[in-house]
Amino acid sequence: MKMKKKKKEEKLDLQSITVLGEEYMTLYTNKYKNRKPFVPANHKKIYSFIPGTIREVFVKKDDQVNAGDKLLILEAMKMNNELITIVSGKVKKVLVTPGQMVSKNELLIEIE
Amino acid sequence: MSLRRKTFELKKRMQGALQGGGEKAIEKQKATGKMTARERILAMLDQGSFHEYDLFVEHAGKDFDMDKKYLPGDGVVTGTGTVNGYPICIYAQDFTVAGGSLGFMHAKKITKIMDHAMKLKVPLIGINDSGGARIQEGVNSLAGYGEIFFRNTIASGVIPQISVILGPCAGGAVYSPALTDFVFVVDKISKMFITGPEVIKTVLGEDISMEDLGGALVHSEITGNAHFFAESELECFEQIKKLFTYIPWNNTKKAESFPIKQPKNKVYKLDDIFPTNSKKPYDVRLIIKAICDDSDFLEVHERFAANIVVGFARMNGQSVGFVANQPMVLAGVLDVDSSDKAARFVRFCDAFNIPLITLVDLPGYLPGIDQEHAGVIRHGAKLLYAYSEATVPKITVILRKAYGGGYIAMCSNHLKADFVLAWPTAEIAVMGPEGAANIIFRNEISNSPNPEEARKKKIEEYKEKFANPYVAAAYGYVDAVIEPLKTREFILHAIEISAQKKEDRPMKKHGIPPF
Repeated sequence: MKMKKKKKEEKLDLQSITVLGEEYMTLYTNKYKNRKPFVPANHKKIYSFIPGTIREVFVKKDDQVNAGDKLLILEAMKMNNELITIVSGKVKKVLVTPGQMVSKNELLIEIE
Repeated sequence: MSLRRKTFELKKRMQGALQGGGEKAIEKQKATGKMTARERILAMLDQGSFHEYDLFVEHAGKDFDMDKKYLPGDGVVTGTGTVNGYPICIYAQDFTVAGGSLGFMHAKKITKIMDHAMKLKVPLIGINDSGGARIQEGVNSLAGYGEIFFRNTIASGVIPQISVILGPCAGGAVYSPALTDFVFVVDKISKMFITGPEVIKTVLGEDISMEDLGGALVHSEITGNAHFFAESELECFEQIKKLFTYIPWNNTKKAESFPIKQPKNKVYKLDDIFPTNSKKPYDVRLIIKAICDDSDFLEVHERFAANIVVGFARMNGQSVGFVANQPMVLAGVLDVDSSDKAARFVRFCDAFNIPLITLVDLPGYLPGIDQEHAGVIRHGAKLLYAYSEATVPKITVILRKAYGGGYIAMCSNHLKADFVLAWPTAEIAVMGPEGAANIIFRNEISNSPNPEEARKKKIEEYKEKFANPYVAAAYGYVDAVIEPLKTREFILHAIEISAQKKEDRPMKKHGIPPF
């Protein structure tokens, strides 16, 4: 009987979880397995928040930018979205040019 | 004209209306594996019990040449009938007529049958299969939805409301099911979303199929919008019929009682099911089956937040609601989804006079950034609220661990459970022995010449002293420590003795639960 039970447990994909200092072996739900790891916001990398077209780029490599400066205009859904930096620094990379189409979450500009 | 002629004329008119969208449309409906609206009603209700109303209602569209069109019954079938002999009101949208689109009169038919259900104080079943608002009728179709939502809300907690999604249910239409008590979905047939794949594609450039966006599985497993999942429409109707045996007609009644049946103790043996080591997983549904009548348990939200189990069963023929932590899944923790799921179930049972039995075996709340950011504080509070507010008989059995905030939330003595029973294996403590010993004896452990050994010793000491039900029992937080095999008997007694329970809450317009 005990052997049987053990076999059954092995078949189940038991994984570890620690709650209030105790470790338990248990099944994960799909939702738990697929949860997104937390990534702290990095304001030095500017990504497109929506797919669209780059209309204007106001900065070039090695420019000094200050918090509040306009970086570029991303047109999406007939709206011109001004992307403004909230950090100051030197522009490390400009990866897009006016007229270029971008998808969502594409890296546009990097600031040092 | 003779009565016979008049009757003949009526029959002819009826025939015209009963054909729905016509042969071609019906063929198309069947090709997608779906039944027609009337077939569905007939399959669900007791034979010969369905009586239809408003068959001759005509649509009210005037613009865009709509006045030249005839839409039989305006795309929805409404009526009354019985399910297992229980009276119900029902409506079913007819996709074969203008895609089941909701116009002014279509909505009028639905709200009329809803008002009927409220007056007669009988359950309402809504079968959704509709392309959405009838654009040609403009703001009138929006008004229609609004009138339905309002009635869903007012009827909430007065009569049971059941939504069956048997086709598309998109845009505003989804909010009627969301406001009702139980949502049934069928694999590959049900589709629910606010904005469809096409809009998502154009606006966000994200590609997703209808099934992956809002199919039956998605809503059963991920969003929790659906409470029951079936492989076919017929299986779905069986589920609905079964659910009706556990719930009353309205909030002034109790659910019907059934003949007493003993649990199948030969199949569900506690000794085999239940590991005493509090770290070992097991399926808590087997414990429920070892306790309840005929070992028959109807699980609600089976696929969603499986770390807590909720559902209906009977004890001595009387309907009860079970809420149980599931050590097999995520160690049975409380988290955003499981708190939400259990809180809703508790509120349903409380509204409809169904006693609550809570089985406790949980390590606490799930730690994690995703949980904190998803609002585990706000969602977790729902369960505290629901249990505290509930005045139906509340019986709690602590099986093993009941640690930390989780202990409080699972219908503890402090949230005014009527009976708190504990098995001798119960461990009621602020946290597990290892965690607690590491904190309390931190200095002693680190100052010891052999910290590992000291740690082990201290954990053992703590276990000995606190990992049991007797500390809580000494304060009266546990009413009785019981032999596990006597659980059914204790619960039966508790239900019997609280048959006349009446507990008042202060008068108020309504509380403000954290939702």
